[in-house]
Amino acid sequence: MAEIVDKLALYFSYPFVRYAVIVGVLIALCSSLLGVTLVLKRFSFIGDGLSHVAFGAVAVATVLNLSNNMLLVMPVTIVFAILLLRTGQNTKIKGDAMIAMLSVGALAVGYLIMNVFSVSSNLAGDVCSTLFGSTSILTLNITDVRLCIIMSIVVIAVFVLFYNKIFAVTFDETFARATGTRTDLYNLLIAVVIAVIIVLAMNLVGSLLISALVIFPALSAMRLFKSFRAVILCAAILSVVCATLGLLISILAGTPVGATIVAVDIVAFGIFMLLGYVTGGTR
Amino acid sequence: MAQLICRNLALGYEGKTIVSDLSFSIQAGNYLCIVGENGSGKSTLVKTLLRLMPAVSGEIETGDGLRQSEIGYLPQQTEVQKDFPASVREIVRSGCLNRSGLRPFYRKAEKRMADENMEKLGIAPLAGSCYRELSGGQQQRVLLARALCATRKLLLLDEPIAGLDPKAAADMYRLIETLNAEEGITIIMISHDIAAAVRYASHILHIGSHKPLFYGTKEAYKKSEIGAAFARLTGGDA
Repeated sequence: MAEIVDKLALYFSYPFVRYAVIVGVLIALCSSLLGVTLVLKRFSFIGDGLSHVAFGAVAVATVLNLSNNMLLVMPVTIVFAILLLRTGQNTKIKGDAMIAMLSVGALAVGYLIMNVFSVSSNLAGDVCSTLFGSTSILTLNITDVRLCIIMSIVVIAVFVLFYNKIFAVTFDETFARATGTRTDLYNLLIAVVIAVIIVLAMNLVGSLLISALVIFPALSAMRLFKSFRAVILCAAILSVVCATLGLLISILAGTPVGATIVAVDIVAFGIFMLLGYVTGGTR
Repeated sequence: MAQLICRNLALGYEGKTIVSDLSFSIQAGNYLCIVGENGSGKSTLVKTLLRLMPAVSGEIETGDGLRQSEIGYLPQQTEVQKDFPASVREIVRSGCLNRSGLRPFYRKAEKRMADENMEKLGIAPLAGSCYRELSGGQQQRVLLARALCATRKLLLLDEPIAGLDPKAAADMYRLIETLNAEEGITIIMISHDIAAAVRYASHILHIGSHKPLFYGTKEAYKKSEIGAAFARLTGGDA
């Protein structure tokens, strides 16, 4: 035990490890907050679709040699998030097909662009780290961390201030609209916040694994708790605990960060499901 | 002045008209039942009255101090709600949202109103329970309590007894009757159940395919050709 503590103490003397933990915890917190809404609105896959769009945008930004690729990735992802949530109901191509199409399309085009116009010598490494976030969280600089902290504060503030509206829009959009709530506005807000979270989370787990951060804590919490508020709180706490645990394990065992965090999330989901059965809670 | 007036209303999707020439008006305290077959445009009428979709032509006017956002609505249950983790209290309170504007939290008065409405509908003991674990009848009461938080004046009920067992359906009808008689809340109800409509409503709007077949008081409906035809069909004296 003492050995592990010593080893951790050593690692934590490096700033990049501290940055990784701060960013990891914040991203886990933000993504779990919105995750509950997404799961309940039947938009679980939106995280996946958007993260692939973000991957495509990163590819373009890399090829264009932008100094800060956030400037391109963030707006592009936000635009697609709005389009996806907007066209959910009344289009010729249904919501899930739309997301699937966009998701694989962006992935393919992104990889193609990276491959054809590659400027880097380590193409496979670049692609892999964008997809799985295997190393990028350990290469954050102080600017990235600041950006992440500010964005997280904004996300959490928006969530707290609009909590009741988000609940109403999630539970029964028609009723909310009929009684004079600006549901289109709040859907837009949700879309933008999701896009922001996904772009931030790409650093942590890479674009293939973001959905896991969004949906696992929400689904786990829904096994046990029966009110919206309890589910949200539980999801947030669980997500932070899993992310911290996953990060520590990956540091100690040298496993890939993103995959380890997701693995911990899966284990937590299993435990919650068992607890749900045992307590005879909700299915 | 009537609370709600519709003049020469034509309804439909994307320019395709489903039903036209709808004209009726609702006074405060009326109990209007809208009946008709599937596909006759009942649900479209509800959506249009709630301004969820535009009318093809014609106009809807609200009067008597009724604002558009003050129409309480009891929608049909959606797929999403069946496994939604939310307590009864949270759902009922969300009915107060339309008066809170940009204020992020509910006021004490709003919370009290939610409590009173739960009391009134007999679901106060369930306040902390999970919505998805309730029976169909209890769920409808929760949604009705929420609608009451949104309005004091007019309730629009879309098939409130769909999927309920006979006893729960009878309870629901009684509850709606009480709200109408004792609280003076105007009721507009969409229904398949013509027998019950004739029994409880004060006015009937019967929509056939493409055009309204009847609008008037229940008494006139019973005497009318179409009302009499249905009375024969259902075997009762309506």
